[in-house]
Amino acid sequence: MSDNISKGDRPGIIRRVWNFLTRPAVAITSGALLVAGFVVGVLFWGGFNWALELTNTESFCISCHEMEDNVYAEYQGSIHQNNGSGVRATCPDCHVPNDWGPKVVRKIKASKELYGHFITRSIWTREKFQEKRLDLARNEWRRMKSTDSKECRNCHSFEFMDFTLQENRAGQNHQKALDEGKTCIDCHQGIAHKLPEGYLEAYREVAREVEGN
Amino acid sequence: MKKTVLISVLTASALVAAGLAVAQSGTSGVRSLRNAPIDEVAEVPGVFHQDEKRFGRNYRQQPPLIPHTISRYQIDLRANQCLACHDWTNAGDRGAPTLSMTHYLDREGRQLDRVAGTRWFCTQCHVPQADAPALVENTFRSTAGK
Repeated sequence: MSDNISKGDRPGIIRRVWNFLTRPAVAITSGALLVAGFVVGVLFWGGFNWALELTNTESFCISCHEMEDNVYAEYQGSIHQNNGSGVRATCPDCHVPNDWGPKVVRKIKASKELYGHFITRSIWTREKFQEKRLDLARNEWRRMKSTDSKECRNCHSFEFMDFTLQENRAGQNHQKALDEGKTCIDCHQGIAHKLPEGYLEAYREVAREVEGN
Repeated sequence: MKKTVLISVLTASALVAAGLAVAQSGTSGVRSLRNAPIDEVAEVPGVFHQDEKRFGRNYRQQPPLIPHTISRYQIDLRANQCLACHDWTNAGDRGAPTLSMTHYLDREGRQLDRVAGTRWFCTQCHVPQADAPALVENTFRSTAGK
């Protein structure tokens, strides 16, 4: 009988948690609460960023065969992988923005890539990849063109470029590009991956579309 | 049973004979890519830098030399990066020499709007120029009257 009464008095789990969270703490000091909150906050935020950075490495990028067998294979021997100074730009250096906000936006967009990998298998084979390559390239060109090639400029900037040290042709064209307000991707398509048929026309279309906006 | 034994014996002797032949030709006959003996380190030729001035032609049909680097340019079935500047559609904008109009003729002599397939692979005839010693000694004399 008494059991019944006490059971009836005891609220459900959701109610109890709600009460715990909404009532002022009585048995614990505010200082302890602050410190605990601080420590837990550091752990969570650090853990989140750690996980975010883990997805921002080359080894993570090529953990899917689509990336490893196509774009990564082609990147071998390109100027950003093999050069005189031994400085290398890996996948995220060019394909993921550095700033936190745009980076998270890009990471969220990447969920579509997971969908393509696990569900639709849209570039599962070399043939499928080749077929879709121009569309994929267009996406990257559009992003580069609309951000003024921001990822390139994390390392390369006109301000510190000595045109006189460059090959004549390169120096002249860089000066011209600077004067005309061109951006890196306007000339430098396909520097790390192979270009598909009709790339130049497709790029110009993308450029017109972005400039029109 | 007899047949199997016969076949085994024949195979074995053939293998031995082949092995002997290979062993004999072995060290003396084989040369490496740069003609160095295979037990020595082959010397890698020096790197010669680009010569940027434009040279005249040494004979009338000489394909002009390329006065800039073309390393890592993609020229394959899908794309030809030389054309991004040198095709007639782009040459004006890029201040680059246009391809000779013969490159827009197909093998039957028909005029095309795009580069003929027979002319697609630029580096079959055109090479980047470098200030490097001649690879092979030769006695060629230019007919350009120099």
